[in-house]
Amino acid sequence: MAHTLAQKILQRHTDEAITDAGQIVRCRVSMVLANDITAPLAIKSFRAMGAKRVFDKDRVALVMDHFTPQKDIEAAQQVKLTREFAREMGVTHYYEGGDCGVEHALLPELGLVGPGDVVVGADSHTCTYGGLGAFATGLGSTDVAGAMALGETWFKVPPTIRATFTGTLPAYVGAKDLILTLIGAIGVDGALYRALEFDGAAIEALDVEGRMTMANMAIEAGGKAGLFAADAKTLTYCTAAGRTGDAAFSADAGAVYERELSFDVTGMTPVVACPHLPDNVKPVSEVKDVTVQQVVIGSCTNGRIGDLREAAAVLRGRKVSRDVRCIVLPATPGIWRQALREGLIETFMEAGCIVGPATCGPCLGGHMGILADGERAIATTNRNFKGRMGSLESEVYLSGPATAAASAVTGVITDPSTL
Amino acid sequence: MRYAGTAHKVGDHIDTDAIIPARFLVTTDAQKLGENCMEGLEHGWVARVKSGDIMVGGRNFGCGSSREHAPIAILGAGMPVVVAHSFARIFYRNGFNMGLLLLEVSDDVDKIADGDDIEVDAASGVITNRTTGATITCAPVPQSMRELLDTGGLVPYVRARLERENG
Repeated sequence: MAHTLAQKILQRHTDEAITDAGQIVRCRVSMVLANDITAPLAIKSFRAMGAKRVFDKDRVALVMDHFTPQKDIEAAQQVKLTREFAREMGVTHYYEGGDCGVEHALLPELGLVGPGDVVVGADSHTCTYGGLGAFATGLGSTDVAGAMALGETWFKVPPTIRATFTGTLPAYVGAKDLILTLIGAIGVDGALYRALEFDGAAIEALDVEGRMTMANMAIEAGGKAGLFAADAKTLTYCTAAGRTGDAAFSADAGAVYERELSFDVTGMTPVVACPHLPDNVKPVSEVKDVTVQQVVIGSCTNGRIGDLREAAAVLRGRKVSRDVRCIVLPATPGIWRQALREGLIETFMEAGCIVGPATCGPCLGGHMGILADGERAIATTNRNFKGRMGSLESEVYLSGPATAAASAVTGVITDPSTL
Repeated sequence: MRYAGTAHKVGDHIDTDAIIPARFLVTTDAQKLGENCMEGLEHGWVARVKSGDIMVGGRNFGCGSSREHAPIAILGAGMPVVVAHSFARIFYRNGFNMGLLLLEVSDDVDKIADGDDIEVDAASGVITNRTTGATITCAPVPQSMRELLDTGGLVPYVRARLERENG
C-alpha cells in the first residue's frame, strides 16, 4: 500500500501492517518529552502505574522551559519535583540551567529528534519536529507517563491533508506567513484529527528551521502532526546536530490524501493573525493604525537563529519606538551564543530591545513580558487566544520576525517592506 | 467483550463541560464524578442511567478541554461504552486510556434511538439494536486496545504489563 508520510513513519515503529487511515496501532516511541508544567502530572501517573524506571534513560527529555528561570515558589516546586524524579530515574536529558532552552528548539538542536522518529510530548507544540520528518504529537500527561514507562503508545492512523506551496517566496515573506495563510484558509479546526503534509517548490526552498516553524503551528489548525519529507537539507541539519544514520525519505507516490490544497507564494505579502484566533489572518497591509505596546521575538515557533537574523536585519541602524518594549528571547543557549557571535545581540541592544534568557515566558502569559488591560502586542509566538499573554482585556497579533521587528520600530503594526 | 443495555442518546458536539462541568473537578473519584455525569447538559440527567447502559452521541463527542475527568464520569455513571458518529481527538485518547470503550459509527448512529435496547460486541465491532433488529458494523476494536480496556485503562494496563515483564 502507498503510504503518506504519517503512515510511513508510524509503520516503521509498529509490527502491525498499516493499511488504512483510522486504524489503531501500537507504536514504539523514539523520544518522550515533558516540561515543567506537564511533567509533575505525568510523574504522578507514572508512580500510580507502579513504574520503577523509565523505559530508556536516553529517550526521555524533561525540559524546564515554561516558567523558568523559576518565576515564583509554585514554579520552583514543580521544577524541584521534576529534577528529583530525573535524578532518581537517571534521566540523561534533564535541562534546567544554562544548558536549557525552549524544548522544541532545544531537542532538534541537540540531535535528540530526527527524521523517521515517533515523538510524543506532554506539550501541544510537540508537532514541531514534523519539520525534520518526525511523526511528533502532543498528548495528555497520563499518556506520556505510559510512554515513559513502556516506550510505546497507541495512535489512530490519521488521514492526511496535503498542502502544496508553489512559487518563490518574496522578500519579507517567510515560513510563518505560509502557515498562517494555511490556518486562515482551513480554520482552527480545519485539520482536526488529521496530519498535515507540506510539499512543493516553496517548501523545498525553505530551510529546516522554517519547516519547523510551519510544523509547530499544525496544532493551531487542530492537526495531530505537520509533516515534511526528509531531504538533503534535513540530513545536513541533523548531521550538524551530531546525529548519524538518518536517511532521506518522502511520501509514497500514489499515497491517498483526504484533501489537497495548493498555494502560490509568489505574490504573497506578510500576514498577521488578528485577535483572538490564529485563523483570523489578514495581510499586514490591511491592518491599519494598530498601535502596539509590546513586541515579542522568540518562542518555539520563531526563536531560532534564522528568525533572529531576520529581525536584526530590520532593526539594524534603527531604534525601537519609545512607546514599545521589544523583548527578544533567543530560544536556546546555542542560539543565544550564535547571535552573540554574529553581532545580532549588539544590534538588538543598539536598537533598544530587551534581550532575555531562553524561556517560553510571555508566549503563554507566564512571565517576562505580560500585558496590562488595553495593551496590545505583536509576537512571533503561536497563539493569540483572549488573555494568552496577560490581561483578558489585552490583545495579541501573531506575525513573522520581520513584521514584528518593523512594528517595534514604528509602534504600529507595519509591513516590513514599507519601512 | 459484550455489552448490553439501554441507549441514552445525546446530540452533536457534546463538550467535556457538558459531560462534567468544571465545578465538579475537585475530585478524581469515579463514583463522585459519575453522580454528576452530564450535569452540564441537563440537571439530574444521570438518574436515568442503570449500570451497563450505553451512551450514544452524535458528531464530535467529547470536544473541548482535555480533562480526563470526562471519560471517568461516564464510567462512574455506569456506562462502559460510548457509541457516537465521531469523537474529538483528545477525548478519544483519554477515553481508551481511562478504560472506556468508544465506537465510531458515522451516520449509522441514526439507527439507534433514545431508549433502544442495544448490544455491543467489541471483538467483532457489531452493534445490534435489539429493539429494532438493526445491526451496525464498525471497525473491530484491535486486540491491543481490548487488552487496554480489559485491564481498566492505561494506568492499570501499564501496571499489569510492568508486573508481568518484571516477573
